Amino acid sequence: MRAGTELGRVRGLGSARAGTHHWWLQRLTAAGNVLLVVWFVASLLRLPSYDYEVVTGWLSSPLVAVAMLLLTVNVFWHLRLGLQIVIEDYVHNEASKIGLLVLLNFYAIGGAAIAVFSILKIAFSGAAS
Amino acid sequence: MAHKPDRPLSPHLQVWKWGPHMLVSILHRMTGVGMAIVAAGLFVWWLLALASGPEAYEAFRDLLTVESGAVNIVGAVLIAGLAWAFFTHFFNGIRHLVLDTGAGYELKINKGFALVVVIGAIVAALALSLWLLWEPIMGLVGGAG
Repeated sequence: MRAGTELGRVRGLGSARAGTHHWWLQRLTAAGNVLLVVWFVASLLRLPSYDYEVVTGWLSSPLVAVAMLLLTVNVFWHLRLGLQIVIEDYVHNEASKIGLLVLLNFYAIGGAAIAVFSILKIAFSGAAS
Repeated sequence: MAHKPDRPLSPHLQVWKWGPHMLVSILHRMTGVGMAIVAAGLFVWWLLALASGPEAYEAFRDLLTVESGAVNIVGAVLIAGLAWAFFTHFFNGIRHLVLDTGAGYELKINKGFALVVVIGAIVAALALSLWLLWEPIMGLVGGAG
């Protein structure tokens, strides 16, 4: 019942050379999401209003800005890992699959970059409040 | 798939009797993909609008609200839809973390857990949506009176 060489089994990386890395990061980011997304939704609901000054004032507080950066990276990492599995499971044409995986990476990294830059810009340019 | 292997193939989706565990499995994927596009898209759009200045932010708000600042129909559908997607994915994600420990595979427990996820998410989403949208809904219902 043993597959591969003894060394291969010790390394535990399998044929994709990644082992449980993807699986583990999916769980790690899931646990992070539990904390960060609940914090984000609760904080949004507790804002007194959604006027520009109120929201930018909230975002420019250091702890909020850092939590928002962590939230952005965590969410986009989690969705990138998750959609990769969905694409790999349902798209069997090799060219379409690779094309979609490339698009997914562009979307996740691009979206996260815009969000991170926006958070930093609001935080560093100072609150209006 | 392009090739047809001679080996026996696993029985496919349509031969199985549907159960709650299959429902939460596909709902987890659908809500995940949905939120990855809609919720993450709105999140980036919202932050970009805030970073671009008051006019851009007002344009973003105008998509989701009416003149008075209350949510419009697009905002209401997004709130209710995303609340349901969020709670479904959130509760089922916790179910997955429990299953990862090796617990909860007994048939009855597995079925019950899956049902709790589906029903719990609908109840939580309804509660949150009604709380957030109470005034717009009452406005519609009591519009004549």
